[in-house]
Amino acid sequence: MSEFLSKLEYLQFPFVRYALIVGVLIALCSSLLGVPLVLKRFSFIGDGLSHVAFGAMAIAAVLGLTNDMPLILVITIASAILLLRTGQNAKIKGDAAVAMISVGALAIGYLLMNLFNHSSNLSGDVCSTLFGSTSILTLTKGEVWLCLILSVLVVAVFVLFYDKIFAVTFDESFARATGTKAGLYNLLIAIITAVIIVLAMNLVGSLLISALVIFPALSAMRVFKSFRGVVICSAVLSVLCSLVGMLISILAGTPVGSTIVAVDIAAFGVFSLIGFLKGNLK
Amino acid sequence: MAQLTCQNLCLGYDGREIIHDLSFQVEAGNYLCILGENGSGKSTLMRTILGLQAPLSGKVLTGDGLLPQEIGYLPQQTLVQRDFPASVWEIVLSGCQNRQGFRPFYSRDEKEQARAMIDKLELTPLMKRCYRELSGGQQQRVLLARALCATRKMLLLDEPVSGLDPKVTQEMYAIIRKLNREEGITILMISHDLHAAVEDATHILHIGHTVFFGTKEEYLKSDAVLAFAPGGADK
Repeated sequence: MSEFLSKLEYLQFPFVRYALIVGVLIALCSSLLGVPLVLKRFSFIGDGLSHVAFGAMAIAAVLGLTNDMPLILVITIASAILLLRTGQNAKIKGDAAVAMISVGALAIGYLLMNLFNHSSNLSGDVCSTLFGSTSILTLTKGEVWLCLILSVLVVAVFVLFYDKIFAVTFDESFARATGTKAGLYNLLIAIITAVIIVLAMNLVGSLLISALVIFPALSAMRVFKSFRGVVICSAVLSVLCSLVGMLISILAGTPVGSTIVAVDIAAFGVFSLIGFLKGNLK
Repeated sequence: MAQLTCQNLCLGYDGREIIHDLSFQVEAGNYLCILGENGSGKSTLMRTILGLQAPLSGKVLTGDGLLPQEIGYLPQQTLVQRDFPASVWEIVLSGCQNRQGFRPFYSRDEKEQARAMIDKLELTPLMKRCYRELSGGQQQRVLLARALCATRKMLLLDEPVSGLDPKVTQEMYAIIRKLNREEGITILMISHDLHAAVEDATHILHIGHTVFFGTKEEYLKSDAVLAFAPGGADK
């Protein structure tokens, strides 16, 4: 593999290396989080929150902010907290709440962009936020560092709180009854989910972000039977898929986001087959 | 002071009261069976005792060295758990969570304790197996082992034998009986099964149209038993 990589002349360019680094980091973080999110039946939270981030981006554009990251982060984190906290006993149930916020933010975002945006290429702007832009290839050093720091933070939180995340995901009532601060850990999961999604928007765009969160986790669950096995497999698989996807997209000139997702789908197919064969051979 | 005291509890949700002015006490080593029809508020009572839900009024007090988070709990299966990828070992170990605080990772002591509980409930050969592939009775034993990692004092069991076949049901009752009699663990068991309740319990709490709390002997002589099972317990 490394020989193959060295043959790729594209790697001489720093922006290609930056894109690969950021892509791998985001894939790693989103797949780690994907496991508890899928198991908690929150698969669609990635989709919902990314639409919120889209809406927030529109607001930032309307306000004329040059650095829209802080505003997007704050709004997305707030929505994540709202969604995950009210999960259990809200009047509007989890899936409906996610769907409502998701389409609501999308509509408001597009409306705002239409009303106030002075850019000449509106549909191009919208399309690139929805499906991932080429901006993954125009990352600056500063953005790569920001991504690196946030990723290290997310992985550190996940490793340090691994046991708690397992307990809260497997049986929240039991964890709460025996004195684990389930609310706090749910909050933590919500916040890092929001951070990852805002980071990943550049890579695959609002519409495809859920794929990074759910596909590696679901693939790993086809084959592995312990929580630890699923988490590790999901992380490794996601990193590999995003690497392969990005290389294909650079070589073949396909869109980055959708190529990565296509590779993830292919991996899911392979893993399903392995799981099926494993089950039948027993 | 009793291990668990419920004082003038009124329970319900959405402003609707299900249980009115309920008081009872559980002493260390008791085996209390909570009986009642569907919808009589058994689960609500349980959630209140566990501190998952606030009572409309009244109080739940713990004493005699029991802390509120030291009530072990055997829940009914949830949808999430039915296809959860987790090994028996991971689940039992997660019972030690309440001693961990903010410290990451489990200590050697905690791992040893989890292993001891796995041995005690004869789960050792299943340790590496996936939870969702076990039989109903095995799954209940795994959850019981987890609850025992969380507490050595009081266990709250929510219909522990629902969905189990008669043979496994008897085994489950035998395990619970042993924990109560040999290890002095206080048992609170929610049940539909009057016969099992009568066999092992020391005290009965009956909620519903008629509310009764007392020893098993008192219960069998009372009118409440007729409300629950016309013809009495020896039917």
